[in-house]
Amino acid sequence: MSDDGADATDASSPTDREYAEWLDALADGDGFAIVCPNGHGSLPPRRVCPECGSPDLSREPLDETGTVATYSVVHVPSPRFADDAPYATAVVDFGPTRLTGIVRDGGADDEAPAVEIGDAVAVDVGERATDGERLVVFRPAGER
Amino acid sequence: MTDVRVAGVGLTPFGSHPERTGRDLFGEAALRAFEDAAVDRADVEELNYGNFMGALAEHQGHQAPLMAEAAGVRCPATRYESACASAGVAVREAVRTVAAGDADVVLAGGMERMTNLPTDEVTEGLAIAADDLYEVRAGVTFPGAYALMANAYFDAYGGSREDLAHIASKNHENALPNEYAQYRKEVSVAEAMDAPPVAEPLHLYDACPITDGASALVLVSEEYAAEHDLEASVAVTGTGQGTDRMALGDRERLARTPAADDAADAAYADAGVEAADVDVAEVHDCFTIAEVLALESLGLFEPGEGIAAAREGVTTADGDLPVNLSGGLKAKGHPVGATGGSQIAELTRLLRGDHPNSEHVPDAEVGVAHNAGGTVASAVVHVLEVAE
Ligand SMILES: [Zn+2]
Repeated sequence: MSDDGADATDASSPTDREYAEWLDALADGDGFAIVCPNGHGSLPPRRVCPECGSPDLSREPLDETGTVATYSVVHVPSPRFADDAPYATAVVDFGPTRLTGIVRDGGADDEAPAVEIGDAVAVDVGERATDGERLVVFRPAGER
Repeated sequence: MTDVRVAGVGLTPFGSHPERTGRDLFGEAALRAFEDAAVDRADVEELNYGNFMGALAEHQGHQAPLMAEAAGVRCPATRYESACASAGVAVREAVRTVAAGDADVVLAGGMERMTNLPTDEVTEGLAIAADDLYEVRAGVTFPGAYALMANAYFDAYGGSREDLAHIASKNHENALPNEYAQYRKEVSVAEAMDAPPVAEPLHLYDACPITDGASALVLVSEEYAAEHDLEASVAVTGTGQGTDRMALGDRERLARTPAADDAADAAYADAGVEAADVDVAEVHDCFTIAEVLALESLGLFEPGEGIAAAREGVTTADGDLPVNLSGGLKAKGHPVGATGGSQIAELTRLLRGDHPNSEHVPDAEVGVAHNAGGTVASAVVHVLEVAE
């Protein structure tokens, strides 16, 4: 449906360009949120703040570590995650915005990592086991 | 502004009909609605039709003219899409059209065909109701999204899997006498607890099934009903809709559904009723936790108190406020694009007294229907009242 393997890392790719650029930044440790003067955070692409409509937007770095706001261990995946299941999805607070991704590490083989609400995690870019597609991953804070 | 009356309702049996085309399903629902309404097809001025994934399931876009043919009507016809709230928004526009005096007779409803696809393709299809870039690519499935909400709810207010199992058990019991229900079998709390996990904390019996089916309503103005001497004792007196940020992670609170709060506030104000006036409710229980969130958004329970409602017997058939007497999406089934119309058809039957579960609400005057899209980024609420 979108990025093709290595081309996905190419910021000039015409496919979902702003998302690919954002993932590149995340992979380089320069993850950012789009923030308005009222402090509302969101993710690209944005022309205006989705909360207040302000066009005065800037890129603000994400907090170094985030806090797990909620999570779920998924046992029945979509086909594109067939070889990844079971996996733990989490929504994580990173200061100006929240990110959604998969928790990696911290669990036994063939099991989803143990996660709790309130856990501190760092964000990274990893690969989907099923097809190598890039995705947002979280690791226990301090392991990156 | 005129009163909007439900002149007739039609449903197909909900279930697994992989060999039946969408046009046949909607044609059947419309036929039954016209039989129930005793309204002349030629008087229909608009068709508002809900459908979510017809382009994936049947390789068929532009479905509205096809469904006008299937229903035997020739009038402006439009397809509405708001994920699982597709029929809800279709009905809402029909209600507004009649209330505004722009039409005297509107046919509204929806259809979804799902079981002709392999289960993994349905999973993928349903996921497109979430944010593709920031949720689906991050591994969020449709059950997974509600599981994220369930864990957030447990963290904020408490509650347990067993509370959710009571909701599943209740709705399965309600479906037993419903001739349109997909699953007419009892599910005990213990069976629900022991079922395999889908996305923890949600297990198999926390989830609605994959369903084919269609719903249709003939909505008419009060004047038209009087002129034609129709039996149309139930009125749609209030309608409301709300929208939230698409991605769950972008919501201020993960254990609340403010789009439904907004829809309920607007619908109650439109009808001139309050939550305390509601006698019976049909709510969008695509997952058991969704029923909890719905009850709290509708103001029927305070935040944090909806979780215990089924376990404590308040929302059971014999309770003070029966919820999902149809069996809900959980047991009656969830043909995504038909569900919002089906809820209003069931509520109409309950209020008219011709539903197999009407005996549980003999004196009900006010009913409320709650239909949600995605993880409640869209919500539609309707108030129905006994007018005669
Ligand atoms: Zn803002």
